Amino acid sequence: MENENMESNESIIKVDNLQTSFFTHKGEIKAVDGVHFDVPAGKTLGIVGESGSGKSITSLSIMRLIDDPGRIKGGEIIFKGENLLEKSEAEMRSIRGNKISMIFQEPMTSLNPVYTIGDQIAEAYQIHEGTSKKEGLRKAVDMLKLVGIPSPERRVKAYPHELSGGMRQRAMIAIALACDPELLVADEPTTALDVTIQAQILRLISRLQDELGMSMMLITHDLGVVAETCDYVAVMYAGKIVEYADVYTLFSNPKHPYTVGLLKSLPRHDIDQDELEVIQGMVPRPDNLPEGCRFAPRCPFARDMCHERLPDLEDLEGGNQVRCWIHTDQWDGPEVNVKDDYGSAQSSTS
Amino acid sequence: MTTDLLKVQHLKQYFPIKGGILGRKVNDVKAVDDISFEVKAGETLSIVGESGCGKSTTGRAILRLDEPTSGEVEFGGKDLLSLSKAEMRKMRKDLQIIFQDPYASINPRQTVRQILGEAMAIQNVLPKKEREARIKELMTTVGLGEHQIDRFPHEFSGGQRQRIGIARALAVDPKMIICDESVSALDVSIQAQVLNLLRKLQKELDLTYLFISHDLGVVRHISDRVLVMYLGKIVEIADKKSLFDNPKHPYTKTLLSAIPVPDPSIEKDQIILKGDVPSPIDPPTGCRFHTRCPFATDKCKDEDPELRTNDDLMQDGHRAACHYIEEIESGEMQPNY
Repeated sequence: MENENMESNESIIKVDNLQTSFFTHKGEIKAVDGVHFDVPAGKTLGIVGESGSGKSITSLSIMRLIDDPGRIKGGEIIFKGENLLEKSEAEMRSIRGNKISMIFQEPMTSLNPVYTIGDQIAEAYQIHEGTSKKEGLRKAVDMLKLVGIPSPERRVKAYPHELSGGMRQRAMIAIALACDPELLVADEPTTALDVTIQAQILRLISRLQDELGMSMMLITHDLGVVAETCDYVAVMYAGKIVEYADVYTLFSNPKHPYTVGLLKSLPRHDIDQDELEVIQGMVPRPDNLPEGCRFAPRCPFARDMCHERLPDLEDLEGGNQVRCWIHTDQWDGPEVNVKDDYGSAQSSTS
Repeated sequence: MTTDLLKVQHLKQYFPIKGGILGRKVNDVKAVDDISFEVKAGETLSIVGESGCGKSTTGRAILRLDEPTSGEVEFGGKDLLSLSKAEMRKMRKDLQIIFQDPYASINPRQTVRQILGEAMAIQNVLPKKEREARIKELMTTVGLGEHQIDRFPHEFSGGQRQRIGIARALAVDPKMIICDESVSALDVSIQAQVLNLLRKLQKELDLTYLFISHDLGVVRHISDRVLVMYLGKIVEIADKKSLFDNPKHPYTKTLLSAIPVPDPSIEKDQIILKGDVPSPIDPPTGCRFHTRCPFATDKCKDEDPELRTNDDLMQDGHRAACHYIEEIESGEMQPNY
């Protein structure tokens, strides 16, 4: 029993107190500021947030793809027992595209326009598996077949511009999966695609995940995509995780006012809504973050303590981890049910 | 009795493709291919569809930002396509547009005061002396402060910039606004603010919207009626409720089922389409959706279906362009995936 529990809790990657900053002439910009999470083996963790929340910088930090003036300032990224932040650049190169792969939002800018699709898949395979070019191209055909590109023998010779957006994203996935990675980091993989194509790609990704037993991190702003593909969700706001839970708990019982606001401000195509709830104001500038809770200036429940002190991410009974004073013993305001009271609190403050 | 403010008939917009050594026209991109619809005064009609379906082209053709190939566009009883350039410019006082990217559609070297002032000067609304007060009023209307009047666009966030775009459209006191993906570039929390603002303004100022969007969630929220386009053609048009609850065209059904629902406890029956949208240069014969449609037959390959209704199955005003509305509804025809 205990053994079984251990297994299901085993995580492929564990991020601890990750801090990534950009050092500009305006001073330090803390894009990712003390982020903790882990991805259980074989599962999908979704990281959601709006522009500037630090979600993409988190994924780039895991790949160690942060360039000047950015720097990973501190923390640990433990991948299968080893800290990626202590690896040399050469060691990282043998991990990237091999054990950890990444797919990006815009396939046209991440594919090389002057090489054929086949060459680009073969390249990854040759480098990491040390095979011949011929072998690599054979693998490329297999991979294109796997990701559902019709007539793969012909398409290995195609250049990126000869493919449609959906096909290009499939090709990107083929490159990423060529070396059988253990972790796939997908940064907004379907954001640039039309919905019918998005549905195809999401279905493809989850099918491949089942077949290959990969773990996945999905970075997205789209709560619908999260609900359909993820097992666990971390909500980020201004460089910090504000809520973490399994996907069912997060959507049925969100605890952080930001998560609640985000869900309520989303126009739904499947139900009628009268007026959309809004989140007042806007995301704080990263070079000028509020002192206390970073969401406090926009939060309808905020009190003095919220503006003064930053709460920790704490475990709640329902299974959520939440960074909010309301759910602590120290809360000095009236009792609040964030989900039910959000609307009325919102209208009384605005 | 509501009247039609905008009436579009048999609108076609072909863009020539030039090729060969002589640069002759070799073919056309049939971006919009013979569509007709009306927008009633005071309502919001949305046009939805995926990239390349012709929704934005339709908006631009109505405003004559691109000259349509053929068809008729009647606005407030006037035939827009017969107007001279100068007359059309005057007409745009009543018919405004808000674009997707507020950064690209606002002059970065002008302050908000200049942006709004210029719009009024061009259309000659209000005597000069009163414009200043009106600009301040507009700022408040769209939820920006009067004190921000002398700022430049880069000093605002994306959502605020879109509010400037809205204020500019409102500056000339239009009857109708075409919103072309006007909230698509915004984060959800900001998008909700702008959507609520658009709805509030519609009530207060009695505006009519033609709302162009790819996002069916947004469309359900803001529309009275919805028009679905695929490859330059209208495939379905209906009341919002009727369209979302009782879609009849297989494409509309797929589109609705493809949208991810932000609720993991809902198990949906997702229809996954085969392949990509075909090229509008050589669109498929017959029904343009037949190459991807799970119900397609030989008839669909040959005959272009008309927009039609069925009184037993569809509400008043609900029309779909499919040969097999009845057969699909009764289950007589089964999808072939």
